[in-house]
Amino acid sequence: MAGRQLLMTFPVTATSHALAEYRARGGYEALDKALRHMTPQQVTQEVTAAGLQGRGGASFPMGRKWAVVVPGDGQPHYLVANADEGEPGTFKDRWILENAPHLLIEGMVLAAYALDARHCFIYIRGEFDLPYRRVAAAIEEAYAGGYLGERICGTGFACDIIVYRGAGAYVAGEASGLLASLEGKKSYPRNRPPRLTVKGLYQRPTVVNNVESLSNVAGIIAHGAAAFRAVGTEKSPGTRLLSVSGHINRPGVYEVELGYPWRRFLDEDCGGITGGRTLKAVVPGGISSKVLTAADIENLRLSHEDLWSAGSTLGSGGMIVVAEGTCMVRLLQIMLRFYHHESCGQCTPCRHGTGWMHRIVDRIVAGEGRPEDIERLYFIAKYNDGTTICGLGDAAGYAASGMLDKFRDEFEYCIAHKRSRYEGRIECPTS
Amino acid sequence: MKSLVPEFEAMRARFPEGFASSLVLPCLRRIQEERGFVADADIDELVTCLGVPRIQVEEALSFYTQFRRQPIGRWHVQVCHNVSCSMRGAETLLAHVQRKLGIAPGETTPDGRCTLTTVECLGSCGTAPALMVNDRYVENLTIRAVDDLLEELK
Repeated sequence: MAGRQLLMTFPVTATSHALAEYRARGGYEALDKALRHMTPQQVTQEVTAAGLQGRGGASFPMGRKWAVVVPGDGQPHYLVANADEGEPGTFKDRWILENAPHLLIEGMVLAAYALDARHCFIYIRGEFDLPYRRVAAAIEEAYAGGYLGERICGTGFACDIIVYRGAGAYVAGEASGLLASLEGKKSYPRNRPPRLTVKGLYQRPTVVNNVESLSNVAGIIAHGAAAFRAVGTEKSPGTRLLSVSGHINRPGVYEVELGYPWRRFLDEDCGGITGGRTLKAVVPGGISSKVLTAADIENLRLSHEDLWSAGSTLGSGGMIVVAEGTCMVRLLQIMLRFYHHESCGQCTPCRHGTGWMHRIVDRIVAGEGRPEDIERLYFIAKYNDGTTICGLGDAAGYAASGMLDKFRDEFEYCIAHKRSRYEGRIECPTS
Repeated sequence: MKSLVPEFEAMRARFPEGFASSLVLPCLRRIQEERGFVADADIDELVTCLGVPRIQVEEALSFYTQFRRQPIGRWHVQVCHNVSCSMRGAETLLAHVQRKLGIAPGETTPDGRCTLTTVECLGSCGTAPALMVNDRYVENLTIRAVDDLLEELK
């Protein structure tokens, strides 16, 4: 086990996601306590004091987002759980949706109480079928159990949750794009200000939080901010769910106490690299986070500050492990194909930049690379950064510049010799 | 689509006042589940039912990858070929599926049995390689498992 755990605290069985078992584990006690003995402001204060950083990718302090919304200001407020998990390499929210849906629901009702939100939404990506069915069933159970609807836990508080299914768009995972989608439109992100907490869904103050972030709220209210801060590091309190994939012996979702040693996590908890091979690189938090080499991570801990100091981020928690012998040019080609495919086309630098970078790497892979291509990629990445409404264009640039920073020689080799140093191999031989 | 109108009205009642526009995506999903795709007549009827601009419905249909304007095969096989799946054999697997079905991504078998497409990351990276058959995920694939699966899809 990678340190202490706050979320994956029970064995997953065929019925562990159901309300009866959630209650047997102490579920909904935090909600009952908060509705009876705490003011909405106290709930927000507790979450702020816990120092919980958003788990969707940007690591923005959750309490600071909540504090912008003023309860009782005479207008409707909305809370939205972002379950549009689509960052390549990321499947950790899926674990919560399938195995602990009530943890999310309890966190959402607590948040709704703090934010004075009568209506909440769970925006779940369209492809997620079992997660959708599990969440929808849990919501039915919560209504029947008196944890949703009117007079929650026998108090005067009322709250509804509506599950909303996406229809296939990576950019809908961006908070403002998500709200456009939730309004039934194409998910074009929009410029801030105004912030979504000021003008969000249908122009009303709206908090959009990641599934895992919200799933931490019940624990914070049950045990207090100090108990939460006692786990993790000073700058990264708590745990994170990391979804590990690629060339690793035991892929899957792991709850890791922040500050846990990275190499130990890969070698012991995840069973080491496939086929006993040497580690080459890790994409730490979804493909939008910059790749790090085995040497880079050698002495790092899994914490936000450690990753930032190395020039990358824990991002969405989607960790892709790459074994020695893998062609990084081919990996970048797939990443850029993805961004090119998913760019919504609203902003010129991203609409053109993602396709341009993709075509350049396509031709390098095809043995038609030109000497100026590497600088050209850097140039496009630079002018994508900060020039678009949302982070998709930036992220495509980070993927490219991150790969070039760490593995430039492979790109140069491929251009000079008209073939990959590793024969374009991306699968790890298992034998 | 007309038979779905009572269902759409029930859906509208569950949403807050003034959220009719939000119903576009769930209604299109239900229409597609019934018909297999969204036809021109569906758009006309949905615009009337919800009172939203026609352009909003047209944009949603062209923007989101899950919506279809044309019928497809009985079985929609969607193979993930993003990073984690490719690192665990998705490209080999996709080539195998193409050979077995005799079609390229984006095509339907002449008998209308299978439509093959590629997708970018289904969130099955820990159980890669993965594909979807209609709404169902099939994970931890091997060539042999794919052969068995294709046999089942009649």
